[in-house]
Amino acid sequence: MTVFLLRRLAGLAVVLLVASFLVYGLLYLVPGGPMAFLLGNRSGTPEQIAAIRAQYHLDDPFLVRYATWLGDAVRGDFGSSLVYRQDVSALMSARAATTTFLVGYSTVLIVVVGVAAGTLAGLRRGRVDNVVSAVSSAFLATPTFVIGVVLVIVFALGLGWFPVFGPGEGFGGRLYHLTLPAITLSLGSAAFLARITRASVREELGREHVETARSRGLAESLVIRRHVLRNASIPVITVTGLTVASLIAGSVVVENVFALDGLGSLFVRAILQRDFAVVQAVVLVLVTAFVLVNLVVDLCYKALDPRMSR
Amino acid sequence: MTALTTRVRGSLGSRARDGASRAVRSLGPLGVTAAALLVLVALVTLLAPVLAPYDPDQPDLFNALGGASAAHPLGGDALGRDVLSRLMWGARTTLSGPVLIICLSTVVGTTLAITAAWAGGKVDAIVSRLLDILFAVPGIVFALITVAVLGPGITGVVLGLAVAYTPYVARVVRSAALRERNLPYVAAAWVQGRSAFAICVRHLLPNLRPLIIAQSVSALGFAVIDLAAISFLGLGVQPPTSDWGLMVKSGLDSATRGQPLEALGAGLLIVLVVAAVIVLGDRLGQEEGGRR
Repeated sequence: MTVFLLRRLAGLAVVLLVASFLVYGLLYLVPGGPMAFLLGNRSGTPEQIAAIRAQYHLDDPFLVRYATWLGDAVRGDFGSSLVYRQDVSALMSARAATTTFLVGYSTVLIVVVGVAAGTLAGLRRGRVDNVVSAVSSAFLATPTFVIGVVLVIVFALGLGWFPVFGPGEGFGGRLYHLTLPAITLSLGSAAFLARITRASVREELGREHVETARSRGLAESLVIRRHVLRNASIPVITVTGLTVASLIAGSVVVENVFALDGLGSLFVRAILQRDFAVVQAVVLVLVTAFVLVNLVVDLCYKALDPRMSR
Repeated sequence: MTALTTRVRGSLGSRARDGASRAVRSLGPLGVTAAALLVLVALVTLLAPVLAPYDPDQPDLFNALGGASAAHPLGGDALGRDVLSRLMWGARTTLSGPVLIICLSTVVGTTLAITAAWAGGKVDAIVSRLLDILFAVPGIVFALITVAVLGPGITGVVLGLAVAYTPYVARVVRSAALRERNLPYVAAAWVQGRSAFAICVRHLLPNLRPLIIAQSVSALGFAVIDLAAISFLGLGVQPPTSDWGLMVKSGLDSATRGQPLEALGAGLLIVLVVAAVIVLGDRLGQEEGGRR
């Protein structure tokens, strides 16, 4: 287990190092190079250009600049935003809370709805199964932004049950304001999880150890709880973890549908305004979160299934 | 598309008719519905200049945010442009981008995969590590990074998504190619003195083709979703070009002002096309699985 953990951590460090190098190097692939961004639309006198070159150390060799940037980034200093004239890390930490709340809320919804629907469909053949399968196929084919827009039109504009935009104040307000966004973010993944759960429950139901338990005369509820659901949960947990990782990317879209002030909307705005320090920082944070969640999933998988740790 | 039309055109011959009826049977009723829907969408896309009742870019202030009427079945958008015409024209941008993405990623992914599987050893290890690193970045984030460099527009998004989809193609094809490579017929061809390139192109590729096609059809559905999502964010297709993703976005504004048909129409079309593509991909995958 320790060897595995160390190997995975080393792999993770390599991936993050390569990713950070690419993210930093991107600035130099842009037509016009970094100066095009730093100057924006101004044309700049030679003195101004020289001042900017000195301020951003543009005359240092590329690798030296990369190392400086990475060293600062590891310590949480991503430089300052050209548009907001503010520290990038300050910009991000204010918005990370909204994104984290949204992703957490959605995770809870996905697990509750997906596992419940999938288990139900797996245990009850016939109509329940057909309905769950049809609904989950429909949601799988629907892009999150379409779900979001439809929910806004029906529940916010039509019925007036929920606010249209904004993140809300305090925990209760947040929960209320983020309900539609969280549902939007979770429907597709919940459908996917329901499918996996259903298939997994079905597979366990057909196993010999279940047959044996039944023939020993154990109560059906006990058979299902101890023998079916417990074994069926292993793939479900893995898929849940991978789904949470994909929510990080999904939140970029959902935050823009509902005009939430999160990392995702900051990211999109930074791209439009060509605010490169922010783009680099958000990409690095998103990729790190994505990779970390994947690592945690792998660890859980190993811990849960003793066969895998050997 | 060409395969489909040749199949239809050749259906006068009895052999071709057998082929067509076999295809219908293996697709099942749902698969046939999906295929029919896609053919219909493709026809409307091609014939948009003839079928569309209005110029999609022509504003008409009397129709601004107008509801459904006999003259404008789906009403007008914020500038009064006819929504139905814009949906028809929008199919062109919405669907041609994903097709391009899938073509690019399939060609690059398959080439990488077969090269890795054939060469093995160091080449395989390097290709696999490269793919692992690409897997570490979610597809849509990768596309957004490309947009950040190249600027908003369809070119950056198509390139970014094509690169982001490559590892998924490569992973599937590589494992199949590894299996195929160890079969006796490959060794037989090698002993006969065929070059590695000839064996890969003449023997490996045709045997992998059904799998590659099934995989690309399924991926096409996700490409439609991702591209439309990025256009929705305002970073893909740029206005005034009509595009379903963009129309959902501008339709959201219209909906807050009482005209929800634009957003709902564009959203529904995306869902229908994606669902049809996914169903078709599933069927092709099952057929492929059944053959193995």
